[in-house]
Amino acid sequence: MFQKAIARTPRWAVVVAVVAAVSAGLAALAVFGASVLPDRLGPPVEEVAIERTIVSNGAFELTVRNTGPDPVTIAQVFVNDSYVTVEGGTDPIDRFGTATLRLDYPWQDGQPYLVSMLTDTGLVIEHEIAAAVATPPVDASAIGRMALLGALIGIVPVLLGMMFLPVLRRASTTATRVLLALTVGLLAFLAIDATIEGFEIAAGVAFGGVAVVVVGAALAFFALAAIDRMPRGGATGPRLALLIATGIGLHNLGEGLAVGSAFAVGELALGTALVVGFAVHNTTEGVAVIAPLTGQPVSLVRLLGLGLIAGAPAMLGTVLGATVTTPALAAFLLGLGIGAIAQVVVQITPLLRGSSGRSLDGPVIGGLAAGVLVMYLTGLLVAA
Amino acid sequence: MKTAASRRQFLIGSAGAAVGVGTLLGSVAAPAAAQPPVDGHDSSGHGGGINGATFRTGQVVDHAKNGFNPTDILRDFDSGATSTLPDGRVLREWDVVARDQEVEVAPGVAFPAWTFNGRIPGPTLRCRAGDRLRIRFVNDSEHPHTMHFHGIHPADMDGVPMIGRGVISPGEEFVYEFDAEPFGLHLYHCHVGPLAEHIARGMYGTFIVDPPADRPPADEMVMVMHGFNTTFDGEGNQLYAVNGIPFHYAQEPVRVRRGELVRIYLVNILEYDPINSFHLHANFFEYFPTGTRLQSAELTDTVVLGQGQRGICEVRFPNLGRYMFHAHKTEFAELGWMGFFEVVE
Repeated sequence: MFQKAIARTPRWAVVVAVVAAVSAGLAALAVFGASVLPDRLGPPVEEVAIERTIVSNGAFELTVRNTGPDPVTIAQVFVNDSYVTVEGGTDPIDRFGTATLRLDYPWQDGQPYLVSMLTDTGLVIEHEIAAAVATPPVDASAIGRMALLGALIGIVPVLLGMMFLPVLRRASTTATRVLLALTVGLLAFLAIDATIEGFEIAAGVAFGGVAVVVVGAALAFFALAAIDRMPRGGATGPRLALLIATGIGLHNLGEGLAVGSAFAVGELALGTALVVGFAVHNTTEGVAVIAPLTGQPVSLVRLLGLGLIAGAPAMLGTVLGATVTTPALAAFLLGLGIGAIAQVVVQITPLLRGSSGRSLDGPVIGGLAAGVLVMYLTGLLVAA
Repeated sequence: MKTAASRRQFLIGSAGAAVGVGTLLGSVAAPAAAQPPVDGHDSSGHGGGINGATFRTGQVVDHAKNGFNPTDILRDFDSGATSTLPDGRVLREWDVVARDQEVEVAPGVAFPAWTFNGRIPGPTLRCRAGDRLRIRFVNDSEHPHTMHFHGIHPADMDGVPMIGRGVISPGEEFVYEFDAEPFGLHLYHCHVGPLAEHIARGMYGTFIVDPPADRPPADEMVMVMHGFNTTFDGEGNQLYAVNGIPFHYAQEPVRVRRGELVRIYLVNILEYDPINSFHLHANFFEYFPTGTRLQSAELTDTVVLGQGQRGICEVRFPNLGRYMFHAHKTEFAELGWMGFFEVVE
């Protein structure tokens, strides 16, 4: 009887009724639920994350975000066991809110400092500045330099890698499968590497910590899957190349971000070693992009476009990294790269199947292993 | 909580800023003054950055709300209510009440203290050698406490658990009664376990037994050196002070007259750090360890004291001006244990 009534009701009405019922339930829970439970017994939970440290002449400037459930008030601050004058942050910082503290302290170049923030409840929250180095000014020339760095470590190596195309064209079917397996190995390594890095950055940051990485990865994974499905058709040839380029591009965004941030805090030795290291490392990414294109003719413009899609995000990354990044943003962008790469791996895997119908035969296993090894070894060349 | 300081976090967490030339001087001169320094004193020589450690510029604690002011504690000697016993001796009586109270130990920092008579340090009890002393101790705190005096007295008056009356439970009271001996500079403190915490929460004070004949007339003051372990981790202190509030005498210097004898009753009751010290700038003082001899043991400008150690410093300032005094364990100085004498005509 009841089920029949529901079946006769228009669908929109059912949706409205269900949403209304659930909302009413949640509202009732919000109003009455708390009253039947005891209050929290413990002291306030005070947690903050330091999102930015700007080191300038005789001062540290910390951007502090409250990552805990309760408001945090930073009453006084001491640096290396000496109280300092502090400007800013006198009001309580609400959950997810930020405050900027400017500490007057005559720091010395390259020395470590321990900043201890004494809250109004007497709790001490510590933040270590591993090595004090004046933060470079952000001006047009600095941004230009960062963009150039991004191009050198992103676009150039990818394009160089793509120059292997004529060689690969002459390869046999088995060689092509090995190449694709190599690509999967490369990408798998990148995904795992980025996951470790993302979790490291995300530990203790606001907005959910490591969950930020997972959310980024999931969004990218499903977004690329949706894009791939839009016009019907399998992921082969140019479509797959585009997919790989997009995945690698998202990965390079995160990589550029790390490089830009490292430069901004004086941690990165810019120079031949870095550029050559990244060139070798990222050249392999170029090979991955062209791997699906060995079987058909491709215009030079299309190849150039694919190279830019894979490499240019590194430029955006370096610029963002040197200017506005926060750990949460960095973790999210790394997550995007991980999800994108995972989707690409899913797309390539069917192509590994040989004439026998099996994917994991000798050549493919060899290719996979070689891919992981190449990435590991070339990664050692990059000290960032 | 500690924020993990991995290299990666360091790498990502910092980026981009403009370098301002002369920002050091600029920031020193531009305080975000929440409250003006009290008493009309400026706080020069204590300006942050290269000018030395300080709290947020211009901020001071609310002494009225705390119920005590270190400037008053300095010269506040409590000789009790006196009467004469049938044998002709002087009887001195005091009421001392233990309470739980929140004290603003640094501007904006609340500390859940346990106090004697609502102040840190507790009242300076003063008597003369040979007097009969009666201290009525009322425990108005929610925790068990005692009053343990340094001095010579019977076991049941020692104020330790399980001997004599032992622990004084919340709501109870007890009268400690004994003779004042020997003359010198002593102290009292709670002796209930965990002992370090009961002391560090603020339960200590100065106990002066004057010699039979007065010491030479002087401008007398008490300085109790202590700390606040605001995190309660039992590992060092976050704040160091004399007479209750860190940096207080930097903001309100101790005024003394040129050429006048100044006598400092100096007591160390610092917990969680093995030693403390006292150093006076631009001058030397005669030092009487524990005050139990009338002859100076040393002419010096620095003394080192272990926990519970104390001594009397006597000094005259020949020159006008401001003279710093602080722990020469400079970490303590920069965490609050520093101040100034201001010598005036």
